[in-house]
Amino acid sequence: MVQERILPGFQAAQVQITKAEGLCLYEDMVLGRFFEDKCAEMYYLGKMFGFVHLYNGQEAVSTGVIQAMRPGEDYVCSTYRDHVHALSAGVPAKEVMAELFGKATGCSKGRGGSMHMFSAEHRLLGGYAFVAEGIPVATGAAFQTKYRREALGDETADQVTACFFGDGAANNGQFFECLNMAALWKLPIIYVVENNKWAIGMAHERATSQPEIYKKASVFGMAGVEVDGMDVLAVRAAATEAVERARSGEGPTLIEALTYRFRGHSLADPDTLRAKAEKELWFARDPIKKFAAYLIEQNLADQEELKAIERKIQAVIDEAVKVAESSPEPDPSELHRFVFAEDE
Amino acid sequence: MAETFFFEALRAAVDEEMEHDPSVFVLGEDVGHYGGSYKVTKDLYKKYGELRVLDTPIAENSFTGMAVGAAMTGLRPIIEGMNMGFLLLAFNQIANNAGMLRYTSGGNFKIPIVIRGPGGVGKQLGAEHSQRLEAYFQAVPGLRIVACSTPYNAKGLLKSAIRDDNPVLFFEHVLLYNLKEELPAAEYLLPLNKAEVVRQGKDVTILTYSRMRHHAMQAAKILEKDGYDPEVIDLISLKPLDLETIGASVRKTHRVIVVEETMKTGGIGAELIASINDRFFDELDAPVIRLASQDIPTPYNGALERLTIVQPEQIVEAVQKMVALQV
Repeated sequence: MVQERILPGFQAAQVQITKAEGLCLYEDMVLGRFFEDKCAEMYYLGKMFGFVHLYNGQEAVSTGVIQAMRPGEDYVCSTYRDHVHALSAGVPAKEVMAELFGKATGCSKGRGGSMHMFSAEHRLLGGYAFVAEGIPVATGAAFQTKYRREALGDETADQVTACFFGDGAANNGQFFECLNMAALWKLPIIYVVENNKWAIGMAHERATSQPEIYKKASVFGMAGVEVDGMDVLAVRAAATEAVERARSGEGPTLIEALTYRFRGHSLADPDTLRAKAEKELWFARDPIKKFAAYLIEQNLADQEELKAIERKIQAVIDEAVKVAESSPEPDPSELHRFVFAEDE
Repeated sequence: MAETFFFEALRAAVDEEMEHDPSVFVLGEDVGHYGGSYKVTKDLYKKYGELRVLDTPIAENSFTGMAVGAAMTGLRPIIEGMNMGFLLLAFNQIANNAGMLRYTSGGNFKIPIVIRGPGGVGKQLGAEHSQRLEAYFQAVPGLRIVACSTPYNAKGLLKSAIRDDNPVLFFEHVLLYNLKEELPAAEYLLPLNKAEVVRQGKDVTILTYSRMRHHAMQAAKILEKDGYDPEVIDLISLKPLDLETIGASVRKTHRVIVVEETMKTGGIGAELIASINDRFFDELDAPVIRLASQDIPTPYNGALERLTIVQPEQIVEAVQKMVALQV
């Protein structure tokens, strides 16, 4: 096991959050966790197929970033590990679950699957299955906002794009090419690297000459910050600053969130390469437990309120499964539908 | 319009469409200050500004993906491939995201993009600059592939491509930019899915596109002196193929010669012949003859390069041979 990076410190005491905000963050993280746990169950029951990559352990990143934005108005771009980004962006759990079941009611009408969640309504630009290929797409959405504002004179065009990807993508050319263009044109975008230390079986340190990804921003003259990705308030604080920078026309930010996936790369991964001690160290940093303790300590919530949220979310998940189960399969006569723009 | 060069016709199409719709913009290498490698966007940045005529760094895959993202969120990008061959570097974004994303997203997003630029074999440009990507991209679902061949059709087709809500790969030809033609003064658009009957005839149908259309017409001039009467059809739409126009011609002549610049293996002709066999086999009096480029990287040497692609005299011979068949 390689030397663990020291997580950057964060003074939670400096953050003023209201009870409502705290419960909202908690609920979003619980939604992500429960949803993924249910996915694992359904996968092993043979209800969903293909490659299914779960997000357990990384919830503070999705919640911390997206809840610092304006969901439904700002843009979110994801990877193959996209279920929870979709949920944080506001795509109803039943639509994500139905997509995983391959049903016509899925957010991608059963055409996309686990790695291709899309929702124009919720401004989810999609799950992109090839590593790093979503980065240019997100950069284009951010360019579009700048274009509307500056070329078309639309003063309401102040949307920010959040672009999520992993440590593996940060060694790909598209990452560097897009950081260059985003900094050059001061695009309103936040690049969020979820550094969970492993690209399937390739340890981050074995793949990169500079493991501190946030430092790669500096060569582009871009702001780069590292953040404890297991602390939702730390992520939210970094994201809030980045969102402000982007919205005010000051350009992009690279946020490196140090995090960990609690499960294998996908549900097909036997996960034999990661050391037990490493896993245990990170399990102990569970972002949901950590935030629950914070809420109670700060008198923002009591156990019963947190339990109530968990019950509420469990009901949402159960309902999502019910909808997914009972939804129709896509109509075979519509096999070709959506290949071209004329198919609405 | 007076006599207009091919590149000016394309420029006029871009200019008119940018004027017509403020969401239309151009991006690519040297499209702005430099004016485009073949002057198609010359001085447009002065009229529309640097955001609408965006000079990009040399990062084909990323700026193509950027255009996909811009298209998904409501803009209408025109990507210029400085040379279409460079877009091999953007293959992933063109295939996965421009081509397939509408379907994969279950209709959530449209990708109204035009990807245009010079393709084909030029004059001793070497193998990398002499590619015919239409063959490689034809298998990608969701893409429309169009090849223009005259100043007139270049302008009308490009305008339609820009207005189309699908991703369109729009092939120009490196050796056709200096063709000249009188163009109508009034605005016109041409359909993207219609083949053009360039010369009506009854003996044999020559199916071709892009620069090979001109080789086919040179051959036709020689042949008509000897009393042959070939029909020449410019496919225009390489995907989907206009099988209606093609079928009507096959029913008339019952003989087909395909003339293409793609390499023989896996070329446009391969798909075309398969489609003709599927649909019109009973109409054929003879097997289709395929004249295509040699299956080799295009050589630099001028004489070897000439041997690599189809020449008019080969078309003349093929027509003579086919018409001589007793059926």
